[in-house]
Amino acid sequence: MSLFSILNLSLFQATVRMSMPVLFAALGGMFCERVGIVNIGLEGIMLNSAFFAVFATYLSGNPWIGLLLGVLSGVGWGLVIAFLTVKYYGNQIVVGTGVNVFGLGFSAFMCQRIWGSRGASESVVGLPLLRIPALERVLGENTVFVYLAFLLIFLSHLFLFSTHWGLRIRAVGESPQSADAAGINVHGYKIVFVVVGSAITSLGGVFLSLAHLNFFAWGMTSGRGFMGLAAMIFGKWTPLGCFLASLLFGFTDALQMRLQALGILPAQIILLFPYVVTILVLSGLVGKAIPPSDYKPYEKR
Amino acid sequence: MPPLLEVRGLTKSFPGVLANDHIDLEIEEGEIHGLLGENGAGKSVLMSTIYSLYRPDEGRIFLRGREVHMVSPASAIRCGVGMVHQHLTVVPHLRVWENIVLGEEPRRGVFLARREAFRRIEALCRETGLQLDLHAWTGELPIGLQQRVEILKMLYRGASLLIFDEPTTVLTPQEVDQLIAYLLRLKEGGKTIIFISHKLREVFALCDRVTVLRRGRKVGTIVIADASEEKLAEMMVGRKVFSPKRGEEKPKETVVLAVEHVSTLPERGKALHGLNFVVHNGEIVGVAGVEGNGQTELAEVLVGLRKVRQGKISLRGEDITFASPKERIKKGLAHIPEDRHRRGTVLDFTVTENLLLGFEDEPPIRRGRWTIDLPLLRRFALSRVGEFEIATPGVDVPVRILSGGNQQKVVLARELSRPVSLLVACQPTRGLDVAATEYVHRKLLDLRKEGKGVILISADLDEIRALSDRVLVLYEGRIIGELAPQSDEYQFGLLMGGKSLVAQG
Ligand SMILES: Nc1ncnc2c1ncn2[C@@H]1O[C@H](COP(=O)(O)OP(=O)(O)OP(=O)(O)O)[C@@H](O)[C@H]1O
Ligand SMILES: [Mg+2]
Repeated sequence: MSLFSILNLSLFQATVRMSMPVLFAALGGMFCERVGIVNIGLEGIMLNSAFFAVFATYLSGNPWIGLLLGVLSGVGWGLVIAFLTVKYYGNQIVVGTGVNVFGLGFSAFMCQRIWGSRGASESVVGLPLLRIPALERVLGENTVFVYLAFLLIFLSHLFLFSTHWGLRIRAVGESPQSADAAGINVHGYKIVFVVVGSAITSLGGVFLSLAHLNFFAWGMTSGRGFMGLAAMIFGKWTPLGCFLASLLFGFTDALQMRLQALGILPAQIILLFPYVVTILVLSGLVGKAIPPSDYKPYEKR
Repeated sequence: MPPLLEVRGLTKSFPGVLANDHIDLEIEEGEIHGLLGENGAGKSVLMSTIYSLYRPDEGRIFLRGREVHMVSPASAIRCGVGMVHQHLTVVPHLRVWENIVLGEEPRRGVFLARREAFRRIEALCRETGLQLDLHAWTGELPIGLQQRVEILKMLYRGASLLIFDEPTTVLTPQEVDQLIAYLLRLKEGGKTIIFISHKLREVFALCDRVTVLRRGRKVGTIVIADASEEKLAEMMVGRKVFSPKRGEEKPKETVVLAVEHVSTLPERGKALHGLNFVVHNGEIVGVAGVEGNGQTELAEVLVGLRKVRQGKISLRGEDITFASPKERIKKGLAHIPEDRHRRGTVLDFTVTENLLLGFEDEPPIRRGRWTIDLPLLRRFALSRVGEFEIATPGVDVPVRILSGGNQQKVVLARELSRPVSLLVACQPTRGLDVAATEYVHRKLLDLRKEGKGVILISADLDEIRALSDRVLVLYEGRIIGELAPQSDEYQFGLLMGGKSLVAQG
């Protein structure tokens, strides 16, 4: 077995694929934090959207409707989080934790009711491949998500740093008093972009259940929402940074699968890889990470 | 012609506080109108309400005779009202130009028109003579320049009524003079200005008319020509104000603080080089100098917030060079920090908690081993609030909601209500009204009379000269000379400019 049997083009392709859920979570979390809301609930949002995507596909037989409902569930959670934390000054960590716990329990409960098993749903039709031969040579065969992700990174970057909305978002997150005094609708911006962020995050969940596995399994996000948070911090709250950091997580995930297939290390140890990297990243490899906000609720008088 | 701004019966209350009680105000086009009043009189609230940051409970606002209903700062800006707030409202991690255009960004399609923004701001800079590096990170600029960003922000929005809430409190005397000159220039250019300050000198230099508030009510408006310092002070406080005089007692021979050859590294600030001085019991030693020449660093070294690289500091004969801040507090060192928000208070803690900071673990407040004597603490807090005349709706509200001057009083009350042997006072009267300033000065002189030592670091040379027994002048981290307080201003000027009187090696 040579090193090249591990490090080759298909590993790269797997890296890109496995970085998708983390990337969507990181980008979504980034939008929330940029307007001053820590969204701990990314994991729960993803899990729910994964469930709803499968559920809607199961009922309709059309994965596109699944995608739509999955994203709508993200929008719904975004609204809940936004109103609790922005309008009613709720504690962001408590609200986010609530979303996570609810997401885990709710999807299991529904799974049981619908498919008679808490563990997994029946298989459904996944999203079809999007054929772009020129890109396939490098990226492999992919669904719409990979291309969508690249587009999102590019657009988010432009949006955040080259439009007046982006400027205002950055101001609202960092110093709501100042933004308010400059005549900006602070609460409006916060609510809208928590919802946008949650919707983007839900794409990660839909990817897992309609492009990766084609069924719903209990706890199938397995911490990728939290890895998204880590990637966002590692990426210093910028779209490009989120992308690169997510690739790192995708790589450990892909490597983990590859090594498992080769059977050279005990599976339990290999499975730890992504999580170990998360801890390493968060505990200092990042250097000093200064968040763009102090995350306090902004009360207007 | 109707006045530019007319306010009628404006009332604004917060839970437990009537901050503005039926205020009437008229501002004529083209005047500079002073707004005076004690700490907590309601000046900032009145201005923030006019700027629509706060919603009034009652009252009407007219601009050029037409009633306006402004619901947010955005509408105030549209009506041509601009405001520089007491605590600046720039976003630190945005660039200067981004802060200026924020909220009124020029656009090309969906994108920010950066070039257009620069063109407009540069034109504005040329017009007003306010120069700035537009690419700099705003948070890295000194306060004086950040304030300049705020001024440009207002002018960029085309404001014709400019509100300045205590703009001079954070500035060095040199910057104050510059600002005053700018304001006069703006007035010539046809702008109308409302100017808030506690310094009567500035008010006399600038204003055409003055309105005085007291405890949320309007006392009156007078033309500056009819006013005198005494009269204004009396209107504000409701009684005559005297500046206390230093008594004749001689300082004792005993040394309370000895600083020997102390040097530091230039981390996060200026390096100090070979400082050498003593403070005797019963003595106030003033530290003068142009701001940024090591005053902050000197205070930090004395209270234990900055590492000493070389040299020795001793308090009452005990070596404290490497003692922690807490140990120094225990040994009787008190500190009034210059930045009350960063070092003086915990803004989200209550008044009581802030009064307790630093001696929560000492009897009599600590009862037994583990608990705090809450009834005693409450009585203590109430007595502090009473003695220092802190205007607050109660002792259980967060310090954040107090007016700027009252936050400062909380710090003072805490530091001056424990047994001290040496007080390091940095800008102790910054942002305080005349009565409170008088009170602090009296407190410092009382300490002196009781035979304690005081180091007074202040940007206000008049204050230093009025209170100190001796004055050290700092320049570039060195003590460049020592003067008697009665030396003439010319000598002070020379030393502060770095020209030593006796050639030094
Ligand atoms: N957000 C708030 N919530 C509750 N009370 C407030 C709030 N803002 C101000 N107050 C209260 O209103 C009163 C007036 O405060 P204001 O800030 O207008 O005083 P000021 O005249 O500007 O004083 P200073 O010279 O110290 O700045 C004070 O008693 C203050 O405690
Ligand atoms: Mg004020």
